Amino acid sequence: MKRVYINEEWCLGCHLCEYNCFLSNSKESDMVLACMGKNIKSNLHIEDSGDIHFAFNCRHCKDPICIKACISGALHKEGEVVVIDKEKCVFCGSCILVCPYGALMESESGVMQKCELCISSGGVPKCVEGCPNGALVFEER
Amino acid sequence: MRHVIIGASFAALNAAKAILSNESDDEVVVLSKEKDAPYYRPLISYLLMGKTTEEKMRMSFPESVKIILGTEAERIDTKKKEVIASNGKRYKYDRLLISTGSRPFVPPFKGLDRVSDEIKTTFMTLEDARKLNGMLDKDKRVLIIGSGLIGLKSAEAILERVKSVDVIDLQNRILPAVLDEVSSEYLKKYLEAKGMRFHLGLSVDEFSEKSARLTDNSTLDFDILVLAVGVRANTSLFEEIGGKTGRGILIDTHSRTSIPNIYAAGDVTESMDISSMASKPIQIVPNAAFQGETAGMNMAGIEKTFENAVPMNATGFFSLHLITAGTYKGELLDLSDENGLRRFYIENDELKGFILTESAIERGGIYTSLIRDRVKLSTLDKNIFKAPLLMAFPKERREKIEKEAQ
Ligand SMILES: Cc1cc2nc3c(=O)[nH]c(=O)nc-3n(C[C@H](O)[C@H](O)[C@H](O)COP(=O)(O)OP(=O)(O)OC[C@H]3O[C@@H](n4cnc5c(N)ncnc54)[C@H](O)[C@@H]3O)c2cc1C
Ligand code: SF4
Repeated sequence: MKRVYINEEWCLGCHLCEYNCFLSNSKESDMVLACMGKNIKSNLHIEDSGDIHFAFNCRHCKDPICIKACISGALHKEGEVVVIDKEKCVFCGSCILVCPYGALMESESGVMQKCELCISSGGVPKCVEGCPNGALVFEER
Repeated sequence: MRHVIIGASFAALNAAKAILSNESDDEVVVLSKEKDAPYYRPLISYLLMGKTTEEKMRMSFPESVKIILGTEAERIDTKKKEVIASNGKRYKYDRLLISTGSRPFVPPFKGLDRVSDEIKTTFMTLEDARKLNGMLDKDKRVLIIGSGLIGLKSAEAILERVKSVDVIDLQNRILPAVLDEVSSEYLKKYLEAKGMRFHLGLSVDEFSEKSARLTDNSTLDFDILVLAVGVRANTSLFEEIGGKTGRGILIDTHSRTSIPNIYAAGDVTESMDISSMASKPIQIVPNAAFQGETAGMNMAGIEKTFENAVPMNATGFFSLHLITAGTYKGELLDLSDENGLRRFYIENDELKGFILTESAIERGGIYTSLIRDRVKLSTLDKNIFKAPLLMAFPKERREKIEKEAQ
């Protein structure tokens, strides 16, 4: 399946992808309004160490252990994409406990949030779309 | 081929899905003692808090699975390969999965029968939750026996709906099976600040109608009694046919039992914990799911093993969230700060266990994977314990886990 990958040597470490992720998951259409006064909770993380940058988001595993560990049935697959039903999640943290990528995060509303590859807005994930240096790619590998 | 599964919960669900994932026309029949359609068991406390509804709690099985509710498997006939059920029917199987889970253990307290059934309950099923819900009232005093996960989750669920909650435990600290001493004390202080009262290192000598005399001769009066001392694996069906058991049904890494064509998974089993290298019941959802899936694949004839079981727990009480995994042995690395506890246990260059709370739980699964994969810590950047960053991994490990996803 197509996943989000990073070409590490091209990443500038600007973190714009994290903002774009946050924006695409908020109800606002304007970045400033979406982010103002908020703790930016993105579904993808850029880790920085000097000149090296890594991006990690949900790998949409073929055999996702988060789904198996979920105590409420909130996590499930839609096609190949691992998605979350926020109405069902009770924020027990089991998915955080088992995900080896650290891909799940508490959302502003106090339940879990995760990368759903922007399937509800269709097409290319916003993090990839907005990357100024083409470091993030959405492709089959 | 016909697969019969006893018990309709996490292990059964994952087994049924695995069996049916192989595009055969295998038949799956599930017998469930409970009258309620399958549901996500750990949600019963959230139901009492209004955080979910019976509707949302439903666990849906693949459509072709035949679930027979309110029907107990009473006996297994290994010669005829049949399960004899309480509805008088016999269910023929080619492969059988026992996923009967566990039941509350109620010690023979003196005088317990004097406490009327109307005011006492265990807390394991949806039926228990409805019963407890019906008892709750602003002027009721609740006594909970047992400060394990079930006792404390029931305490959390009802604290704000009753007058008082007292919890007693024979152990001298709370959640002893999940936490180390320091974290146990940390949680206790938090829960006390919320209004719970603990009476530790004590048991009940004798009950009378609405009061308990404790082993230190003090008495506690109550209007509602919740029995949450512990759970025991439902192994009797299997013991009767001569199967091997310890504190649960003994299974191998294929979820096979000692009897041919019979598999077991979930709370009913005892299996190897690789963080302590001891065989023990690991009664948590992920374990039931992994073992169930493993059983299902092997029942369908596709070899699969599950080799790295470790105890782990994610739970929250009000706004205090905790995640823990593994065994607390070896050297302690304590990096706790104002963001929460961060306690790591290290032995022979491997992470064996950890306890994280509050915002320190973020991305904690990265640590769990170090325990499950028995990663040598000397191959990682030392900062890994300050923050769970994948960057701390050598390139090979990052590539390996990337591959594993696909
Ligand atoms: C209040 C509470 C909170 C919990 N919270 C968590 C949590 O946060 N995280 C976590 O990981 N775990 C939690 N657990 C534990 C978790 O629920 C169990 O580990 C899990 O349900 C085990 O699943 P299982 O498939 O082994 O079977 P179970 O869920 O135990 O179900 C077994 C089923 O088999 C049925 N059965 C038994 N005998 C027979 C028979 N002879 N014939 C037919 N049917 C039979 C039983 O009635 C039952 O319905 C919690 C448990 C409780 C009670
Ligand atoms: S936090 Fe929510 S999504 Fe994650 S395991 Fe718990 S209920 Fe499921």
